[in-house]
Amino acid sequence: MNPELQGREFPPTAPYVVGREKVREFARAVFATNPINHDVEAARAAGHADIVAPPTFAVVVQEHTLAQLLAEPDAGIDFSRVVHGDQRFTSSRPIVAGDELTARLTVSSVKTLGAHSMVTAESVITGADGEHVVTAISTLVVRGDD
Amino acid sequence: MTTAALPDFDALAVGDVVAERETHLTRDSLVRYAGASGDFNPIHYRDDVAAAVGLPGVLAHGMLTMGLAVQPVADWAGDPARVVDYQVRFTRPVVVDPESGADVAVTAKVGQLDADARAARIDLTVTFEGATVLGKAQVRVVLA
Repeated sequence: MNPELQGREFPPTAPYVVGREKVREFARAVFATNPINHDVEAARAAGHADIVAPPTFAVVVQEHTLAQLLAEPDAGIDFSRVVHGDQRFTSSRPIVAGDELTARLTVSSVKTLGAHSMVTAESVITGADGEHVVTAISTLVVRGDD
Repeated sequence: MTTAALPDFDALAVGDVVAERETHLTRDSLVRYAGASGDFNPIHYRDDVAAAVGLPGVLAHGMLTMGLAVQPVADWAGDPARVVDYQVRFTRPVVVDPESGADVAVTAKVGQLDADARAARIDLTVTFEGATVLGKAQVRVVLA
């Protein structure tokens, strides 16, 4: 992997509009049965503008930034050798249906450990108002030759 | 204004088990998660591809395991929006048998209490076939 990737910042992704049915679909897929994830009335009764996405939903938006990284011509990342090492989501507020989210990726570190490389990618996700919503941080391990 | 049931922060102690759950995964669960998340890596639904890259079988998406493991905490907290930080390390794969599936067990325990913020760090133990599959699985929940 190219060590010069460290510190690289990518352009913001096209706005992602969070659909209500997408939130429900994702919630079903992660076994989230809380009414606040599915039922608009329950979400509003709990003080939310619309149904709330499960805590890991931001991965759907983050995915667009990781695609930017893997497509970078000089990155030298072989996707078939990539293993997900760590993942973190740090939120300022929950994602709710109707949000329009933009993600901006920075490669915060590139390390080499023997034959393997580790890249930490930080995607800062903001709302239509430009305010921070959630930061998604992934560490990807790229396996070297066995 | 929040009306969903709120756990009593002052009654919590480090070491308390706040939630336990077992989730049964099948190949259908993996296909459903692939569609919902957009992660169509074939190692999560094709035995031939999994075998070709040296895996013991078709694996659950790490993000599916991460996603389902936090649900007992979100339910205990009363509102999934009370989860403000969540991190895991993927330490061992979950192999999903085409016929019998896989059972993933989650135990959620209070790891640390932050009285000023009325926030709890909940530590998850997530196991498959008796072995831990997520490391440093920590959820920060604000109960204010």
